[in-house]
Amino acid sequence: MPELKDNPFRQRIAEVFSEDGEGNMTLDDFLDMFSVLSEMAPRDLKAYYAFKIYDFNNDDFICKSDLEKTLNKLTRNELTEDEVRMVCEKVIDEADLDNDGRLSLEDFQHMIVRAPDFLSTFHIRI
Amino acid sequence: MAQNVNFDLSHPLIEAGLESPVDEEGVHDSFSQLIAEQSQNEGLSDAFELQQLQRQLDEEDRDDVAFLSSPGHDFRERRPMRRDVEWQDNEGQADPLVGERWSSATMKVLSSMPSRTIGRSRGAIISQYYNRTMQLRRRRQSRPAIRDFSRSARPSIRGYGFEVDSTDAEVSKRDRLVNNLQNLSVSDRVRMLRGMPLSVAEKSELRSLALQKEKRTLSGSQIPCCSQLKYYIIIGARHSWYSWLNFLHSLHLWQVALKTVSGRFGTGVLSYFLFLKTLLFFNVFLFLVTGAFMVLPQAVHPPVLPAGRSSFSGLELLTGAGYFSDTVMYYGYYCNYTLRKSCRDDGGVQNVSLSNGTRLDCVSKHLSYNMPLAYFFTIGVAFFITCIILVYSMSKSFGQSFRIDKSHSILAMKVLCSWDFKVIKKSSVKLMSENISTQLKELLAEVNQKKVKNTACQKLGRLMVHGLAWTICIASTTACVLAIYYFSGYMHKNLQQSSLSADKNPLLTEASLLALPVVVSLINLLLPGLFNLAAWMEDYESPSVRTYVAICRNLMLKVSVLGLLCYHWLGRVAAEPKSIGLKCWESFVGQELYRFLLMDFIFTLLDTLFGEFLWRLFSEKALKRRRKPVFDIARNVLELIYGQTLAWLGVLFTPLLPAVQILKLLLLFYVKKSSVMMNCQAPRKPYRVSQMTTVFITLLCFPSFLGASVCVTITMWSITPSSSCGPFRELKTMFQAGKRWVEELEKDNPNLSVLARAHSYLVENPFFLFVGAGIFLIVIYFHSQVVDGQRKIISLLQEQIENEGEDKKFLITRLQSIHEKKRTPARRLTSQDSSC
Repeated sequence: MPELKDNPFRQRIAEVFSEDGEGNMTLDDFLDMFSVLSEMAPRDLKAYYAFKIYDFNNDDFICKSDLEKTLNKLTRNELTEDEVRMVCEKVIDEADLDNDGRLSLEDFQHMIVRAPDFLSTFHIRI
Repeated sequence: MAQNVNFDLSHPLIEAGLESPVDEEGVHDSFSQLIAEQSQNEGLSDAFELQQLQRQLDEEDRDDVAFLSSPGHDFRERRPMRRDVEWQDNEGQADPLVGERWSSATMKVLSSMPSRTIGRSRGAIISQYYNRTMQLRRRRQSRPAIRDFSRSARPSIRGYGFEVDSTDAEVSKRDRLVNNLQNLSVSDRVRMLRGMPLSVAEKSELRSLALQKEKRTLSGSQIPCCSQLKYYIIIGARHSWYSWLNFLHSLHLWQVALKTVSGRFGTGVLSYFLFLKTLLFFNVFLFLVTGAFMVLPQAVHPPVLPAGRSSFSGLELLTGAGYFSDTVMYYGYYCNYTLRKSCRDDGGVQNVSLSNGTRLDCVSKHLSYNMPLAYFFTIGVAFFITCIILVYSMSKSFGQSFRIDKSHSILAMKVLCSWDFKVIKKSSVKLMSENISTQLKELLAEVNQKKVKNTACQKLGRLMVHGLAWTICIASTTACVLAIYYFSGYMHKNLQQSSLSADKNPLLTEASLLALPVVVSLINLLLPGLFNLAAWMEDYESPSVRTYVAICRNLMLKVSVLGLLCYHWLGRVAAEPKSIGLKCWESFVGQELYRFLLMDFIFTLLDTLFGEFLWRLFSEKALKRRRKPVFDIARNVLELIYGQTLAWLGVLFTPLLPAVQILKLLLLFYVKKSSVMMNCQAPRKPYRVSQMTTVFITLLCFPSFLGASVCVTITMWSITPSSSCGPFRELKTMFQAGKRWVEELEKDNPNLSVLARAHSYLVENPFFLFVGAGIFLIVIYFHSQVVDGQRKIISLLQEQIENEGEDKKFLITRLQSIHEKKRTPARRLTSQDSSC
């Protein structure tokens, strides 16, 4: 599918939206995916699924290792180890509200509210 | 608070001078403080030994932590055993929760905490949405009682509904949710359903259940047959409305083109094309309104034209004069009397006077069309509706992009929110990754380094550079404006002289009219380049500041140029039209605006050709740069806004100008798209799309539309129309058309004198305008106070969240310790014996 062919998060997107968590999508899952990634989806819904996509280990929290994996996918491993570590620390510092060392769904949604561009970037045109 | 509570924690902190926990007034603002107090009471060794015991206990009854989920969950939430991974290093952390090895009972409780189950099971999502629909219902139906408001700061059990997550409960919860959904209004229900993070199949099931129940309750009660018919009619109307919306939706304009552009360049460049599309719709609306109410009636009843019309020569397309000047395109063509449908077949003769006397016998009153009134009201209503649409879209865009508090989480947003999912092309994806990593490195460097304090000398130096740049820009703008002033004065004199002189070459005169538009467009093209050079000299650190400064300077230039041109037309040409031999100054101004619009288009094409295409060739071949030139979004959008201002200025004088603008925008879209695909690349600096879109819509509304409408209002209010052409001849001002109509109505029907008096008070008395503006300002002030209050609430809530987090930690460790106490009372006794 050309829209996701080169997207670094395509594996995670497939896993999140598939019924069995492995990446095999039925037609309903496919529809789900495109409806969430469309223009009309409300912000909270998009934030919820974005959170699930970035949560690599599926524990409902974005912890440091999840952030590291996200960063590496974003930058194609161009940042050094130190830089990755520092960025992850700073991110958790900034976004973690209840001080448990990782980002919960509420923290993530709180950050999304303050990022108005999210709605336009978390969107695939078909 | 019990005194003998044990906390099995990794490291006790001892801080001197703490109050005893018995003292309830002591405020525990840190968890570690509490631990310290407790450990002061208990002693260090106990805690350490208990920790060892804890480890032993966990080793012996380590359950399969992965499957501590209650039954009835989806297969989706398998949780691998990850606690092993991050165990050791957390000894030194102040955060005991992460990486602790809890016993199975604690894990069970932890995993069914509401905050952790929301993402997981359908049951949890349904119960969450049940709560939300309940709140929404309460809010909609009545003022909610104070006790229904969210819980107080400290945890109270009252606010938390404990739900056992079993399948029975899930089914009943679902029924209750369906019941709630059914009781909401349609729009609320749709919005709730849309926001639920469930799969499409489940959502459609919920929706059908909700609708089913509605139908059942309706058919259950006895409806008399008429209201049943009404019910069916309403359902049918709703269905047809939805199918009409579907049809509209399928008429997507430029869907494929926009997708290609966004796939290659991302959301930033796409916003330019979306803005173009928005402008196109505005012009289509304007064209439909003016076409239906002004152009069409006049075209169907052509007036008697004066003799001596020039024939068509190719120059008309450029100058808009000549053959076109006596067509329906310009103001001068329109009649000033009421059009009536004649009884004869040749469809020609109309009445000369407005109200009385008709030469024809068979006049039907309701087929008459008062042209001056129609002209006046169409322009007024079109502007009014455009104003409303603009303000609405501006407020919507502003609402989306407004951030109520200063965001501190720049890095977090860059990591988690900046990936543009629209980009499809492989090379663009690679480029975006590079951009993001560069930006992250820059942000990291910024955050890590202490800000280098400039010395006073350096600061002064920078200030001087800024001052110099601004001086250059302002000076060049003033110089150009003065140049246009003198040049237009010179052209005016030229026209005066040529109108007096005997032999005129009409073609040459017309071609000379093109001089002013060419000069203005040239200035609009070249001066932004100068501004760019000045900005390059200044070397701003922050790209957004640089963009705003560039927009400011360009705006200043365009506003002053347009202001001067308005003065030239309304102040010079309209004041003494006879001196340049004009019978109809409005048509002349309309032609000028047509020429300006056309020249603007031609110069944009030239700029695309030279600025993008040739520059790319040059930089690739001659300068041997690998990167293509960057598409300057801000400058191109400002060009669009300038063109739209001209179109709005010209609608009064040239009712067909929106059609010209539509053609121009259509052509521009395809030209720009092909140029961008061939010659440009995406901007490297981060571009805040929604903020910029808001800025552009605001610029479209405030300087552009407001200026155009002020100009049109001044024309209608205070300038004398020409006496020999147009729908407002023989009137003192155009505004008189409306006034005269009201007077006529009053004459015909004395009961409407109230209306006439209200009209004269409301519209003509400036006092009312002041009162209206005052009320408006007061409303704005109140709203800004509300926003301030909301900011304070946000900071209070943030504090509350932190406190709740601390409470959660406390309760979890407390739970663990109680479990410990229950499990091994015997062991504790022996260890305590040994330590004594």
